Amino acid sequence: MSFNIDERYSKMNQGEVLLAYKGSITAELITNVLGVVESKLDHVIDKSITKKKIYNILVESLQNLYHHVDDLPYMVNESMDIHFGIFVISKMDESYVIRTGNFIKNEKIKKLTERLDKIKSLTRDELKELYKFVLNNQKFSDKGGGGLGLIDIARRTGGGVDYEFDNYDNDYSFFSFKITIDN
Amino acid sequence: MESIALEGTPKTPTVNMDGATGIVEIKGRSIPENSIEFYRPLVEWLEEYSKEPQQLTTVNIQLEYFNTSSSKCILDVFKKLEAIKKARNEVIINWYYEEDDEDMLEAGEDYESIIRIPFKMIEVVD
Repeated sequence: MSFNIDERYSKMNQGEVLLAYKGSITAELITNVLGVVESKLDHVIDKSITKKKIYNILVESLQNLYHHVDDLPYMVNESMDIHFGIFVISKMDESYVIRTGNFIKNEKIKKLTERLDKIKSLTRDELKELYKFVLNNQKFSDKGGGGLGLIDIARRTGGGVDYEFDNYDNDYSFFSFKITIDN
Repeated sequence: MESIALEGTPKTPTVNMDGATGIVEIKGRSIPENSIEFYRPLVEWLEEYSKEPQQLTTVNIQLEYFNTSSSKCILDVFKKLEAIKKARNEVIINWYYEEDDEDMLEAGEDYESIIRIPFKMIEVVD
């Protein structure tokens, strides 16, 4: 098999790592991580606005991760935690980088790719209009905000998002998402 | 009608809704995974209040953070207020944002452009 999760994880651990996690993504975990990172940010960043921006994007990206993790069937990998995901928060040069990773069903790749490429191609004003349109017109489920999370992240970072898919098997791939926040 | 008084938590805001004074306040952070559950009673309260509102309803929104899951629910709150205004009552919305927090100011402007009530944008300086 060409894709190796540990290799991917160490590849994501770049720069000055503030926090790295690999395992089950649960609501409780996210609550704890947000608490830990918030107090950590208090120590490393003076500017309240930068801190807020990072925290906001972190909330959005971790909740996105929580809502969209696809579980590998037990038969495929019995050693993997359920709701398996990865995230790494690090500082690289003058930027902060948030990376998340999760398995995704291959059939969802096309739609997600289209959505991400569209969001990446939009200007700041276009993102604002799209955000308002989705906010006002799209039905929201209990699960999430109809893709509003990705738009919000792109808006706050000025389009600083990147992604990659690694094929895992016939049914699944691993989705790596990178958000760069300029300081 | 009964008023609503909720204490803030790390994931949900402080809420005060008082039918006798016509004052509605949402303050703090709003980042629950599932916001619909949290906001449902607030929207229902406004629905009830809109039947017999005060002549003047004053709304103070002072959020430090909110996630996109909350953003739709907050719009639902504003839509209820828009209906109260449409029925010829006065509604004042004060949108507070921290000094230099352009994102929060812009979020207020986004709402303002969707609902037809002018916001008072109030910058809070430490």
